[in-house]
Amino acid sequence: MARRLSQRETLTGWLFASPWALGMVLFVAGPVVASLVISFLEWNLLETPRWVGWANYRRLVTDDPLFYKSLNVTLLYTAAAVPLGMALSLALALALARPRRGQGLFRTIFFLPTVLSGVAAAMLWNWIFNADFGLVNVFLRHMGITGPEWLASERWALPALIIMSLWGMGGTMVIYIAGLQGIPRHLYESAAIDGAGPLRQFWHVTLPMLSPVLFFTLIMGIIGSFQVFTQAYVMTGGGPNYATFFYALYLFQQAIDFLNMGYASAMAWILFAIIMALTGLQFYFSKHWVYYEETGK
Amino acid sequence: MIAINDILSRRRVRGAISGACIYIFLSAGAFLCLLPLIWMISTSLKEPGNVFLYPPQWIPRPVRWENYAEIFTEWPFLTYLRNTMTITFLHIVGVTLSSALVAYAFSHLRWPGRGVCFIMCMATMMLPGQVTMAPTFIMFVKLGWLDSFKPLVVPAFFGSAFFIFLLRQFFRTIPRSLIEAARIDGCGEWRIFFFIMMPLSVPALLITGIYTFIGSWNDFMGPLIYLSSDSKRTLALALAYFGQSFISGITLHTLMAASLIVMLPCIVLFFALQKHFMQGMVFSGLKE
Repeated sequence: MARRLSQRETLTGWLFASPWALGMVLFVAGPVVASLVISFLEWNLLETPRWVGWANYRRLVTDDPLFYKSLNVTLLYTAAAVPLGMALSLALALALARPRRGQGLFRTIFFLPTVLSGVAAAMLWNWIFNADFGLVNVFLRHMGITGPEWLASERWALPALIIMSLWGMGGTMVIYIAGLQGIPRHLYESAAIDGAGPLRQFWHVTLPMLSPVLFFTLIMGIIGSFQVFTQAYVMTGGGPNYATFFYALYLFQQAIDFLNMGYASAMAWILFAIIMALTGLQFYFSKHWVYYEETGK
Repeated sequence: MIAINDILSRRRVRGAISGACIYIFLSAGAFLCLLPLIWMISTSLKEPGNVFLYPPQWIPRPVRWENYAEIFTEWPFLTYLRNTMTITFLHIVGVTLSSALVAYAFSHLRWPGRGVCFIMCMATMMLPGQVTMAPTFIMFVKLGWLDSFKPLVVPAFFGSAFFIFLLRQFFRTIPRSLIEAARIDGCGEWRIFFFIMMPLSVPALLITGIYTFIGSWNDFMGPLIYLSSDSKRTLALALAYFGQSFISGITLHTLMAASLIVMLPCIVLFFALQKHFMQGMVFSGLKE
C-alpha cells in the first residue's frame, strides 16, 4: 500500500466503476434527494408545484384513514406471513438437511414455486380461491365444510394471500438448509454426550447456531412484505372493502393513478422510516437471541 | 447382552418411526406444493363446460389442446412474447455486463474512494424502491420516454447492487497472482476482464443471468407504470388485462393455458439450472 496509486490506475478504476457511479447519481442519490424535496410539495405534474411544508405528512398522520388501513393490512400480513413462512421453511429444512433418500427431489419440488411469481401465479391462485369451484373450497366441500368466499370476503381475503405466500417459501428453506449444514457436527456430539435429547439439541445447538440466518430472513421478510403489490393489484385490487389494501398498493395509487407526487413521496419516506425503525428494533432485540460465533455472544 | 440388543432394536424402531413421519411430512408438503400446478394444467386442457364442475374432473375428458392454440389466434401472444423477450434480453445483458465491470473495479483494481463507494453501493440495497419511484417517474415523463421500453431497460445498464456484490465476492476468489502475471505480460485491464475474469466466472455470471431473467420476465409494476399501448405490453401486463375478462368466467381455461405458457420458460430454466438457482439463493441468505 506504500506505493502511490498512479493516475492511470485511478482512471481505470473509476472507468470500470463508472456504470455504478453514474447510476448512483441518476437513479439513486438524485431521486432520493428529489423525493425528499417533492414530499414537501403539492404537485400533480400538470400544474406548477406548490410548497406546502409538512402538510402532506400532517394529512397522512392526522387525516387519512386509508393510510392507517393500508398500514394495518400490511402489518397484519407481515405478522402472519413472515413467522409462518419461517417456521414452515425451517421444518422442511430440518427434514432435508441430512442426507436422505429423495432429498434432491423434495428440494427441487419445494423450490420450484419460488421461480413462479408474478401475474401468472396470481392468476392461478385467483382460480384456486374461487368460491364455488376453486381447489381449496372443492377440497373443503369433500370434507363437508362450506368454505368461505376467500378473495371476495372481507374477512378471508388477507388470509388467502397469506396462504398463497407460503407457496414461495422454498427460497428460505434452501437458505436454512445451507445454514444447518454449516453447523459443526461436534457440537451435536458433545451435546449428546452431555445427555441432550433431540429436542434439547434443537433448542440449545440448532437454534442458536442458526439465529443469524433466521434474523436475516426475518428482516428481509419484513422488508418484502412492504413491497407486496402484484398479488393485491391483480387478485383483489385492494378489496373487498380495503381488506387487502397493502401499503405499496396505496402508494402506487397515489403516485401513478392520482399523480399526487408530493403525497406519494411523503408516503415513501414514512415507509422508509418504518422499515428502518423495525430493522433497528430487530437489531436491538437481536442482542438477546442472535448468536454470532466470532464474538461468542 | 439381551438388554443391549433390546435397547438397540428399540432405538432402531424409534428411528424408523421418526423417519417414516418425516417422509409423510415431506410427501404431504410436496403434494401441496405441486397440486396448484396440476390443477392449473388440468384446467388449461378442459372444455369450457367442464371447468365449473363439482366434483372436479382431474383428468379432462375430452382433452382440449385447442385451448393452447387459441392463445395464439385470439390473443396477440407473439407480440407480447417479443416485447417481453426484448426487455428481458436487454436486462440480462445490461445487468450482467455492468455489474461485472463494477465488481471488477471493486475487487481487483485499486483506486481512491473504492472503500467508501463500496459501502454506498451496499447501503442502496436497504433503500425501498418506492422512495425513488416518484422522481424517477417524473424524470422519464420529462424525457418523453413514456410508453417505450427505455424506462424499463436503460437503468439495467448501471449495475445492480446485489449482483455487484455477488460478482465481487466471486471475483475475489480468483487468485491475485493470476492477474498480476497477466499484467506483467502486458495485458491491459480490459483484456484481463474479458479474457480472464469473465471465462473464470461463468457460474457467478449464470446466477446473475438467471435471477435477472426471472425478475425481468415476471416484472409487473414496471410495465404497468410505463407501457400503455396494447402493442407494447409484456406478457405479464397483458396477462393481467386478460385476467380481468376472467371475472365473467368464460375464458378461464384459456387464461390458465396462457398463465402456464408464461410460466413455462421459468420452469424450463429452473430444471436446467437448478443448482445455480439454489446457489444464488444460498448466497443471498448468507452474505453477512
